[in-house]
Amino acid sequence: MIEGAKWRRWVYFRIPLALFVFWLLFPFYWMMVTTVRPDGELYRPWNARNYSPFWTTNPTWAHIEYLFSETLFGAWMWNTMFIALVATAISLVCGVLAGYALSRLKFPAAGLLGTAIFITYLVPQTLLFIPLAEIIRNYKLGDTPWALILTYPTFLIPFCTWLMMGYFKAIPKELEECARIDGAARWQAMLYIVIPVAVPGILSAGIFAFTLSWNEFIYALVFISSQERKTVPVGVVSELIRGDVFFWGPLMAGALLGSIPVAIVYSFFVEHYVAGLTGSVKG
Amino acid sequence: MAVTTIDAASRAPAMTRQRMLEDERWLAMVLLVPTIVLLTAFIAYPFVRGIMLSVTNSRVGVSGDFVGLANFYKIWHDSIFRTAVYNTFLYTGVTTVFKLALGLWLALLLNRVFKGKALVRAFILLPFIIPTVLSTFAWKWMFDPTFSVINWVLFQLGVIKQRINWLGDPDLAMISIIIVNIWRGVPFFAISLLAGLQTINPELNEAAAIDGAKPWQRFWHVTWPLLLPVTMVVVLFSVIQTFADFQIVYVMTNGGPANATHLFATYAYQLGVGTGLLSEGAAISLAMFPVLFIVVIFQLMYIRRVETR
Repeated sequence: MIEGAKWRRWVYFRIPLALFVFWLLFPFYWMMVTTVRPDGELYRPWNARNYSPFWTTNPTWAHIEYLFSETLFGAWMWNTMFIALVATAISLVCGVLAGYALSRLKFPAAGLLGTAIFITYLVPQTLLFIPLAEIIRNYKLGDTPWALILTYPTFLIPFCTWLMMGYFKAIPKELEECARIDGAARWQAMLYIVIPVAVPGILSAGIFAFTLSWNEFIYALVFISSQERKTVPVGVVSELIRGDVFFWGPLMAGALLGSIPVAIVYSFFVEHYVAGLTGSVKG
Repeated sequence: MAVTTIDAASRAPAMTRQRMLEDERWLAMVLLVPTIVLLTAFIAYPFVRGIMLSVTNSRVGVSGDFVGLANFYKIWHDSIFRTAVYNTFLYTGVTTVFKLALGLWLALLLNRVFKGKALVRAFILLPFIIPTVLSTFAWKWMFDPTFSVINWVLFQLGVIKQRINWLGDPDLAMISIIIVNIWRGVPFFAISLLAGLQTINPELNEAAAIDGAKPWQRFWHVTWPLLLPVTMVVVLFSVIQTFADFQIVYVMTNGGPANATHLFATYAYQLGVGTGLLSEGAAISLAMFPVLFIVVIFQLMYIRRVETR
């Protein structure tokens, strides 16, 4: 890197980067401030005098208490967690097996199937939610967690398969062949030799799939109707807005607490998440 | 070799289950069954059902009769649908340009060596990983007509005298939605492009610098062409997601004020689920398909190119 004068580093690097960070993180800061701010301070008009919006001197737990006592927030969290974990597990199993088959086995129509799975990866949920809702009803899955556990894999499996194909391709064939010469069956070589080597890839796919399930909205909105079976995003939307009235304090508290599980998982596995993200577009 | 003898054995008439799994074709089939079953049941089948639904006049609880293309004819002459089409293209076009420009800029900033880089990178991805509906609520609160913090800042700075009714005016509402989408998408672009930048050999840039190329020239003639395949894949991926977006508009305006900010997906939801006109809703969703199909074709072409590099 060719270094310019000091001011250039400020103008071309530090200030733009600081602005980016501020812009990208401010909404989360705002969420936090709103969560602990008493209602009396929240609902002061934008041009009121003495209105210091960026912090509060009277922090309160009232909104969080409201969330747990007046709504089913705890149940929503549990539902979201359960659905995300099971859907992720199903998708990982399917994705790892399919990824292995498509990247390491020779069979007719392998290329065609790979392309077909990639296309399903690009199908947005909003294209199919109406017919899918009908199908879910016909299968008698409506308003049960299974409606989501079985449909989330439709966007998770293609992603997991795609990512795992990339990982499996990078593992040398010789590794498997050695095991085979030592007498291992084909499936044993896969299960005990190749898959353990691909664990970092599986972890990446799992983390990414978990955050995608936690983020899913339209299927959960359409397929689930009972209050106690909702996921966090849908519960927050449907129970903390009554007509035109927004309960901003509890809403922001719900948004903050609802984000925490994903944030925690993410913070532990940043590198895996980034590998999953970049792998998701590059293959 | 051991492999060939086993393959030969597996073709013997008395095939045990063990031996069948030795055959690559059988093993592949077994491994692919769960994936194929799930994707057929919940993507291929709904797609066919969607087409069937869109050519009937079904409502919730009424299975309906065949009406041909009447639903498509009807939505084509629906002014709200036309607005939604216009909005969707505008939304996708404007946000993609900004996401690419800002994302690339951020990627170039992050491609430098500096203290705390890992931390900055981890934090800027937050808008992308936090559930969209939840973070969009923070924006909706920031754009609140009466309690907007943005208005407060602009007022204190003396930029405005009157409050800006962000979500109450059709044009401003569209701008607000676009801002939120850009905010959410920039980290994805930045991190993906950063990964692309890191695969470019720094020696190329150094060689160009020695030959007297200015930073801008180095970027335009060395970095950009090498980054282009990855950029295209990222852009096309984002175009699909943005074109079919639902969450941001649903939370920010729910298509309002007066149906001015609908996208395909939110209008399909309003008619199909809100009003119960299943067929029309399905038709609106399917109307996205031709555009998505074209983008997917391009995506497949570029993915191949990136893969074979």
